[in-house]
Amino acid sequence: MTPPVLEVLGLSVEFATDRGPLRAVDGVSFSVAAGQTLAVVGESGCGKSVTALAIMGLLPRGVRLGGAIRLLGEELLGQPGDPWAGRRGRDLAMVFQEPMTSLNPAFTAGEQVAEALRLHEGLSPRAAMDRAVEMLARVRIPEAARRAAQYPHQLSGGMRQRVMIAMALACRPRLLICDEPTTALDVTVQAQILSLLDELKRETGTAVVLITHDLGVVADHADQVAVMYAGRIAEAAPAAAIFARPEHPYTVGLLGAVPSIEGGAGRLASIEGTVPDLRAPPPGCRFAPRCPFAGPDCEAQPPLADIGPGHVAACWRAPLDQVLAA
Amino acid sequence: MSALLELDDVARHFPVRDALGRARGAVRAVDGVSLAVPQGTVLAIVGESGCGKSTLGRLALRLIEPDRGAVRFMGEDLRALSARALRARRRDMQLIFQDPFASLDPRMTVEDAIAEPLKLHDVVPRGAKRARVAQLLERVGLRPEAARRWPHEFSGGQRQRIAIARALASGPKLIIGDEPVSALDVSVQAQVVNLLQDLIRDLGLTFVLISHDLGVVRHIADRVAVMYLGTIVEEGPAELVFGAPRHPYTRALLAAVPGHGARAAPIEGDPPSPIAPPAGCRFHTRCPFAEAVCREQVPVLQGQARRSEVAAGGSHGSAGQEHLAACHLQDRLPPAAPLQERKAGGDRLRRLQAHFGAPAPQPETTGVNA
Repeated sequence: MTPPVLEVLGLSVEFATDRGPLRAVDGVSFSVAAGQTLAVVGESGCGKSVTALAIMGLLPRGVRLGGAIRLLGEELLGQPGDPWAGRRGRDLAMVFQEPMTSLNPAFTAGEQVAEALRLHEGLSPRAAMDRAVEMLARVRIPEAARRAAQYPHQLSGGMRQRVMIAMALACRPRLLICDEPTTALDVTVQAQILSLLDELKRETGTAVVLITHDLGVVADHADQVAVMYAGRIAEAAPAAAIFARPEHPYTVGLLGAVPSIEGGAGRLASIEGTVPDLRAPPPGCRFAPRCPFAGPDCEAQPPLADIGPGHVAACWRAPLDQVLAA
Repeated sequence: MSALLELDDVARHFPVRDALGRARGAVRAVDGVSLAVPQGTVLAIVGESGCGKSTLGRLALRLIEPDRGAVRFMGEDLRALSARALRARRRDMQLIFQDPFASLDPRMTVEDAIAEPLKLHDVVPRGAKRARVAQLLERVGLRPEAARRWPHEFSGGQRQRIAIARALASGPKLIIGDEPVSALDVSVQAQVVNLLQDLIRDLGLTFVLISHDLGVVRHIADRVAVMYLGTIVEEGPAELVFGAPRHPYTRALLAAVPGHGARAAPIEGDPPSPIAPPAGCRFHTRCPFAEAVCREQVPVLQGQARRSEVAAGGSHGSAGQEHLAACHLQDRLPPAAPLQERKAGGDRLRRLQAHFGAPAPQPETTGVNA
């Protein structure tokens, strides 16, 4: 069996703050195979974006990292020098949420796509620009040659996100990390960008880590799902299983909290309370203070245990059929 | 049913100037909108960014002046009111904004923020102020002790509850919520959506919900108006607009909502510039059904063809049930694809979810951000 493109094992990320250390990511493990999309889902502050930055090697110096990050079988954490140098942009690339702030306003769209090609593939400026125009056409930018000569402020939000994707995919990376790639976009444009990403993934076999808070996006575009809560993985499973048989109470609550366009009577399932302060997290299960099924045993941290094929959940009550039977 | 709020052919254009300050056309943000919101109902205005929905909300409260058209509140033209009379009227109409971090003054305690409208409109005698603030806090699910604290001590969801308490303070008849839950995380959003529904029901509020989130709209609204480039393209009862949409743009919007199976994007391209909207039907440049007539004639917002009304016994035209669309082809479109209900989790999931969510608004138990 070929090794997964990305393997994250027991990753922890700790920031030093004025009021003591804050462990934003605490023992997170997952892997992604070529041509697969892993969705990392959770609400603000759950650690999903920090995980993405850690994989990309983009966290500031002084942040304490633990565990392992293996790209194509090679360990990146704890290596001398900068193991990401030369890999970033070539083997792994990232698409950010806000295309306006992540594009350089002083360079044209074409120049920004061409930069990676010149850097990693040693193309001449002219050849790189030709390939850049090709890439822009591949992400379905109409009149790619004309658009390549335009600056970010002359492009719409959807167009800018296409430029970001063209930049990220220019050197055919094996791993693409998309951090809320469509959250800033309107729903019709979001649908365009997500179907474009799916298409490109099929063509290139790139492994995709999709960071999102939108369960609808997960349902339509992910193969595997990891649900994060307060820095830890609460539940991970194939996408179909997460929706058909969620086994962590947090996942159950999240699924019920999203109002659907089919309507449906009554109140939304709401998870009372707010996420814990990670400087002083509750002991044991971090979801326990908000969980309707919590008991005294939840003061011990539940392990991420197998409960089905490829399905793990960190809950003493899983499988939840026990609670229903009770 | 008498309309509490009525808009009649309201328009507002914002001039666009070049670097030297010379006029270069205008953004036609709202371009001839007529709407009526009956007392005690919830109207949602939906559309994508730049469609004019927020401008429309501000016009309805006369926070900005329309270029033309009338805005009537309780039958009274707001444009005819003196500044003083308008200020007095504001007691009955309030606005909730999207960003609870920007809409609360960081130098005012929660009590001061909520009491400000009480003072402004002389709602309660000075001595009763504190009790009224405590009552409002309880109403939105916060503890009375919150009154002495500062906005920065609260999470986003709690701040939005404070903003709601402030909007309720003067006892308004109409509240306009401009994306009131869009900045909140899913689990907190559900709490605030439930709270808004309780308040609307218990206080008999008339509510205008401005939102791009179709799920939230479906959940709260009685009627829905869909906007595209400054005009309303479809308006009707929520179950009909969602269940049997009559405008191709509404269909594209619904089809674009993720969670119903990955498939090709429903429409290509971006909305055209509101500075130079397309001639004829403004949607024709992106519409899969467009014909010659769509490029030439502006479609009128109207109901189903008269013949079907007769066939249905003429009962469709009654107020509150009207379903209007601005599309030349609305009677000839192929039937809309039915929405597929997500049933993946089935009965098991429903039973598990029944354990979540309190029956009545409850104080948040944990974690005021220290």
